Amino acid sequence: MSIAETLNLELGQVIADETLTLTRDALVRYAGASGDFNPIHYRDDVAAQVGLPGVLAHGMLTMGVAIAPVTAWLDARGWVTDYQVRFTRPVVVDPADGAELQVVATVGALDEDEARIDLTVSYGGQTVLGKAQARIRSL
Amino acid sequence: MPVNPDLTERAFAPVAPYLVGREKVREFARATRASAALHHDVEAARAAGFADVVAPPTFPIVVAEATLQQLLAEPDAGIDFSRVVHGDQRFSYTRPIVAGDELTATLRVTGIKTLGGNAMVTSETAMVDAGGAHVVTSVSTLVVRGDDA
Repeated sequence: MSIAETLNLELGQVIADETLTLTRDALVRYAGASGDFNPIHYRDDVAAQVGLPGVLAHGMLTMGVAIAPVTAWLDARGWVTDYQVRFTRPVVVDPADGAELQVVATVGALDEDEARIDLTVSYGGQTVLGKAQARIRSL
Repeated sequence: MPVNPDLTERAFAPVAPYLVGREKVREFARATRASAALHHDVEAARAAGFADVVAPPTFPIVVAEATLQQLLAEPDAGIDFSRVVHGDQRFSYTRPIVAGDELTATLRVTGIKTLGGNAMVTSETAMVDAGGAHVVTSVSTLVVRGDDA
């Protein structure tokens, strides 16, 4: 059976559309989990010193949370064989309000064994990831 | 100091094997909001045919970190970390990573391009399991901002 049949997919289908908030504590949590302790992700003074508009989310945190709605939807039915993004715009995380990201995941292509899921990840109405694509395969 | 173009011809030694821990997988899954039971619950992972909890898709960056440090530590690399921005990232898998995997990562610099005063350094980190079988390759492009950028 093709993946389209196994997972009941069609081209253009939106499989996830979620809003999620990255707060400063989410950045600290990711720093600990990933081992990336670059201070631009938690210190306003350092961010300002290097000319940034504020503390930024780790690009890898944005990449990580952007695929989470897809893996939650997929659950134990399949796995991600390939995942790529370009980091096109920084995500500035306000100390009080955090940063709200919107993630929309759409079926972009269907092969026999794999589906390509295209992700649109935006912050303040602008996309922050380019060519964000995951390939999935059923288990 | 500009980025050294000879890096593409350099052989980097594999870094010390990384043992994927169950609690590390759970911690990384919480940090990236990966809620599927496979990432947290051993029984759910086993029911799906895996030996232990399954790492979320971007987990290999944790393993690749040591190879990135290796690249930055090359005395003649010309890569000033304070001027580095992550340009793009890709993970290509042969199979998912599960807790208990012992991964050995080897770095290769595959391309260096100069674009408007910035250097784009692309590297590939291939990770193999204890049996030597390929698990995943992480491909990263780092943008090193030039002195004027």
